[in-house]
Amino acid sequence: MSTAVSASSSTKASTSSADNSWMTGNRRNVELVLLIFAGLIGLYAYANVDLALRGSLPVNLLAVIAVVTVLFGSAHIAVRIWAPDADPLLLPAATLLNLLGLAMIHRLDVAASIAAARNDSPQPSADVAAQLTWAGVAIVLFIGIILVVQDHRRLQRYTYTCMVAGVVLLLLPLVPGLGTTVNGANLWVRLGPLSFQPSELAKILLTIFFAGYLVVHRNSLALVHKKFLGIGFPRGRDLGPILVAWLLSLAILVFQRDLGTALMFFGLFVTLLYVATQRRSWLVIGAALFAFGALLGYLAFGHVRIRFEVWLDTWSYANDQGYQIAQSLFGLANGGLLGTGWGQGYPQMVPFAKTDFITAALGEELGVTGFMAIIVLYGIIIERGLRTALACRDPFGKLLAVGFSTVLALQVFVVIGGVTRLIPLTGLTTPFLSYGGSALVANWMMIALLLRISDRARKPLPAGAEYVKGAGA
Amino acid sequence: MSELALTLMRVGFLALLWFFVIVAINVLRRDLAAPSTTALAENTSTRTKPTRQGRSRPQNLVVVEGSLAGTVLPLGTMAVTIGRASDCSLVIDDDFASSHHAKLFQAEGRWIVEDTGSTNGTWIGRTRITGPTVLEPGSPLRIGRTVMELRK
Repeated sequence: MSTAVSASSSTKASTSSADNSWMTGNRRNVELVLLIFAGLIGLYAYANVDLALRGSLPVNLLAVIAVVTVLFGSAHIAVRIWAPDADPLLLPAATLLNLLGLAMIHRLDVAASIAAARNDSPQPSADVAAQLTWAGVAIVLFIGIILVVQDHRRLQRYTYTCMVAGVVLLLLPLVPGLGTTVNGANLWVRLGPLSFQPSELAKILLTIFFAGYLVVHRNSLALVHKKFLGIGFPRGRDLGPILVAWLLSLAILVFQRDLGTALMFFGLFVTLLYVATQRRSWLVIGAALFAFGALLGYLAFGHVRIRFEVWLDTWSYANDQGYQIAQSLFGLANGGLLGTGWGQGYPQMVPFAKTDFITAALGEELGVTGFMAIIVLYGIIIERGLRTALACRDPFGKLLAVGFSTVLALQVFVVIGGVTRLIPLTGLTTPFLSYGGSALVANWMMIALLLRISDRARKPLPAGAEYVKGAGA
Repeated sequence: MSELALTLMRVGFLALLWFFVIVAINVLRRDLAAPSTTALAENTSTRTKPTRQGRSRPQNLVVVEGSLAGTVLPLGTMAVTIGRASDCSLVIDDDFASSHHAKLFQAEGRWIVEDTGSTNGTWIGRTRITGPTVLEPGSPLRIGRTVMELRK
C-alpha cells in the first residue's frame, strides 16, 4: 500500500523533470526577479510611511536599502548555490510578508514617537531596529539550514531526540526563575536581556517528531480498524498517540494559558495522522476530542469563557475585555475597500498592534484590497508547501512538508480569524508579519526546510541519475 | 505631502502589491500545468511499454549473497523498498542494513535505485551511490551483507 503511493509519485516526478527542463534550469532567475520586486514593494511601503507622517523621505533610507539587499540577497545566493532546484516562490513570498511587517512596525514606531513628542515624554526605542536584527538572525539560520541539512531524510534519525527537545522547550517557561509571564500567558523564557518564546522552536521539532513517528507507525494505524457507522475506527491501543497529543495540548492550555499554541499543536497532529493514514476517522476523532477539550476549557477556565463571550457579543464588552477586538473592527471599518494608505489611519489605537493585531493594522491602512493580497500571499506559501509534499518521493519528506504547511496555515487561520471575529480570539503570532524574534526565526527555519525538501523533490531524476561505470558484470 | 500625491501613492501601492501576487500566481499556474501533461505522458508510456520492451526488461530481483540468498522477487511496475522494517517489500535480515535502506523504482523502462537515508550506504559494485542511480541488469547491488541483482 505504501509502495503503491510512492511508486506512482516517483515515476511522475521523474518523467516530469525529464520532459520539462524549464522547471529546473532557470527557476532561480524567476525567484530573483520576484525577490527584487518584493524588495521594491517593501521599500515603497517604508518610504510611504515617512512621506505621509513626516512629509519627507526616511533619513536612513539608503542604509535600510543596503541592509535589506544584503539580507535577502544572501538568502537568494545561498539557495542558488546549495539548493538550485528548490521552489521559486517560497522565498519571495515570505520576504514580501516580512518586509510588509517591518514597514508596519516602523509605521507604529513613528506613531509612538510622534505621540511621545506631543506629550513631552522620552522617545520610545524603535522596535523596527530590533525586528530587523531578528530578521538578520533568521536569515543566518536560514542559510545555515540550507547548508547543514543536505538531506532532509537524515532528520528522521532524530525523531525521538526532537520529541524530547520539543517537550522540554514547551515546558521551559514553567521553570521558576526562567519563565516570565507576559499579559497572562506564561510563554516566554528570559535569559539576561534576551527573551524568547520556546514554543515557536518547539513547533519545528514536534513536526519532525510527528512526521518521523507516523512514517514508522502509519501502517498499524491505517490498516487495523473496526467498522462503526460506516467509518473505520482504529483500535484502542492505536489511539494512544493522539490521546497523548491531546493531553499535551490541554496541558499547554492549562499551565501556560495559551489557547492558540494548544490549538496549533493539536490541529497539526490530527492533520498529519489523516495524511499519513488516509483515514477519515482520525478527523472525526480529532474533531470530537477538540470539541470535548474546548468544552472543558470553557467550563474550567475563566479566560477561555471570556474569549467566547467577547466573540459572541463584542459590543457589550467594548470598553473592557473586548476593547482590543472592538478597536480592531473599528480600524478595519475605517480602512474600507482601499484602506487609508500607509501612515494615514489610526492603527496605534488597537492595543498590541505590533504583535497579535498587526493584520488589523495592515487591514486598516491597506483596506480589504491589501488584506486579501496578504491572505493570498500566505495561500501561495502554503500551496507551495503542499505541492512540495506531493512532489517529494519519500514518505518522511511528504509528511514533513505537509506538517510545516499545516503549521503556517493553522497560524494564519487562527490569527486572522480571531482579528476579524470569525472565531474566538486566541493569541498567536502572525507568521512573518508580527513583531517578535523567536517566531520570525522559527518561520524562516521552516521555509528553509521546505526549500530543502523541494530541492530534492524537484531535482531531475533519470537525466541526473548517474551510471556507475565498471559496475556491471 | 499633498493629498493628491498621497492618494496616488496609496492606490499605486495596492496596484503593485496585486501585481506581485498575479505574477506569483502565474508562476504557480505554469508549475501546476506541468505535471498534468506529464501524467498523461506517463500513462501512455506505461501502457505501451509492456508490449514493446516486455521481453528485454529485467523481471526479477535475485538475491545472490547473504542470509536470503536464492530469493527471487518478481518485479512489476511498482517501486520496491528494501530494508529490515516489516513494511518493506523486500525484508532482509541483515545487521548491516537500515530499516528503510533503499528503494528501487522504474523510470522510462529502467530500474533506478535510490538510497533512502541508510547508515551503511547502498553500493553498486564497489561504488557507493550518492543519488538516484540506474541499476543495469547483472550489476551487483549490495546492501549490508546482502548482494542482489536484476535478472530477466
